[in-house]
Amino acid sequence: MPAMAEIRNYTINFGPQHPAAHGVLRLVLELDGEVIVRADPHIGLLHRGTEKLAETRTWLQTLPYLDRLDYVSMMCNEHAYCLAVERLLGAEVPLRAQYIRVMMDEVTRILNHLLNIGTHALDIGAMTMVLYTFREREDLMDVYEAVSGARLHAAYYRPGGVYRDLPDRMPQYVQNKFKNAETVKRLNEARQGSLLDFIEDFTNRFPAYVDEYETLLTDNRIWKQRTVGVGVVSPERALALGFTGPMLRGSGVEWDLRKKQPYEVYDRMEFDVPVGVNGDCYDRYLVRIEEMRQANRIVKQCIDWLRMNPGPVITDNHKVAPPPREKMKAGMEELIHHFKLFTEGMHVPPGEAYAAIEHPKGEFGVYAISDGGNKPYRIKLRSPGFPHLAATDEMAKGHMIADATAIIGTIDLVLGDTDR
Amino acid sequence: MEKITNFFKTFLLFELVKGMALTGRYFFARKITVQFPEEKTPQGFRFRGLHAQRRYASGEERCIGCKLCEAVCPALAINIETEEREDGTRRTTRYDIDLMKCIFCGFCEESCPVDAIVETRILEYHGEKRGDLYYTKPMLLAVGDKYEEQIAKDRAADAKYR
Ligand code: SF4
Ligand code: SF4
Repeated sequence: MPAMAEIRNYTINFGPQHPAAHGVLRLVLELDGEVIVRADPHIGLLHRGTEKLAETRTWLQTLPYLDRLDYVSMMCNEHAYCLAVERLLGAEVPLRAQYIRVMMDEVTRILNHLLNIGTHALDIGAMTMVLYTFREREDLMDVYEAVSGARLHAAYYRPGGVYRDLPDRMPQYVQNKFKNAETVKRLNEARQGSLLDFIEDFTNRFPAYVDEYETLLTDNRIWKQRTVGVGVVSPERALALGFTGPMLRGSGVEWDLRKKQPYEVYDRMEFDVPVGVNGDCYDRYLVRIEEMRQANRIVKQCIDWLRMNPGPVITDNHKVAPPPREKMKAGMEELIHHFKLFTEGMHVPPGEAYAAIEHPKGEFGVYAISDGGNKPYRIKLRSPGFPHLAATDEMAKGHMIADATAIIGTIDLVLGDTDR
Repeated sequence: MEKITNFFKTFLLFELVKGMALTGRYFFARKITVQFPEEKTPQGFRFRGLHAQRRYASGEERCIGCKLCEAVCPALAINIETEEREDGTRRTTRYDIDLMKCIFCGFCEESCPVDAIVETRILEYHGEKRGDLYYTKPMLLAVGDKYEEQIAKDRAADAKYR
């Protein structure tokens, strides 16, 4: 009697070049027909050794590298780092700088969620979504550019505050052969005043845009078929797996560092924390949509405060932050501080500190150890994406291969911060 | 009642039609497309692009070879060598920026005490072979000479924030 043919599961590589595998994720899928038996994420293709690099850079020099971790929410990464360094230094941050940080953090949150929802929908097959979300991203990118000089890698926060105050004018469109005077005038309407006017105009328009996204997706039967009941995580499992951010809130656990351990001026802000019920992709999508609306609310409150209260945006302790240029050019002592800070860097008292913020993706934490020198002794970065990615197997098991895309999309994966 | 409306909504593809209507509205709406490269979106005044070395109005180069920018550069992209010139002043004999290493953080500009090294608003530059993006002192000075007007205007406008 011939032996029974042995049937083996089929193993495929999903990524790193697959268009739906975000970034350079390599997912080894073991398939039984079309059903996923095991999903095994392989990371490390974007590893740049940021933690190790920091040990040979001064405290200030490490900062721009933080931008490059989660390259979709740049300023939030910087924020966690600055908080950690400030905690070690015991430095005071001017109130205006705190408000600017909170405002830019929320702008970043909107940026991040826009990208996530747009590309998630794109991966699942809703082609147009990304066009709508990127239209709004463009406005916010302009905000980034006006504030810091870069559209992505801002390097804007500093230990002790932020680099520069918000600008009081916005760049404008110019007339050309494609756009007549009238069009240009209309496009420049929001750009007449200061940056704050520009952002305010955006916050007024934004809720209507979110309604548009909802019209396109929330009730859409195809979107629902692809997301409802896919990648379900129970609240208990979500906690056990170390989920944070929308992933955790989508499962119904009300945990938000902005509420639970308020940092900066979040305790003065009025906003709600949305939570999901079923813990599936659809609920997480709804949580993100609502978070954008809430972020919009926070930005509005910050604008109101920032308008009323001019002031310094960086600490005047010149052992931490350089003096203003005017003074540096006129005074000997300031010049010495300037030289010391940019060559040797600041000295941070020995000790260790952990600072975590509610990053758009979850809890982003920086654990810094200082031995009293001008460089960190060790920096450990806690990225929210890592535990989420680690749970892919649990979420994807038993689903069809097409659902793997939905699951990768929903964990809002950015390999830059998973690999560090 | 709700059941009946829901039934009809499902049956008549209500939400899909609503989505299509939105798309249709935008089909006829004013276009927001920007015809790059003929036209460009507005560029921020603080934009950090290609580097340049500036000169004083007298034509004398600003850089005094203090090496602050070299020290602060996180990517170690700047290389400087200095020497005493005949008239007794200290000037650089070599000032190279490797743009392939540079991460465009802007720290060099921030640190320079005489506003010599700056990041201009130029973003369209390229290299065709290896080494093309290794900018040496004459190249940087040439960029500075060409765009001095714009550079000076941007610095003056931003001076009160720095
Ligand atoms: S922008 Fe930053 S990385 Fe580039 S040369 Fe200047 S200091 Fe170095
Ligand atoms: S460019 Fe400025 S910071 Fe760099 S060496 Fe010259 S003077 Fe010093």
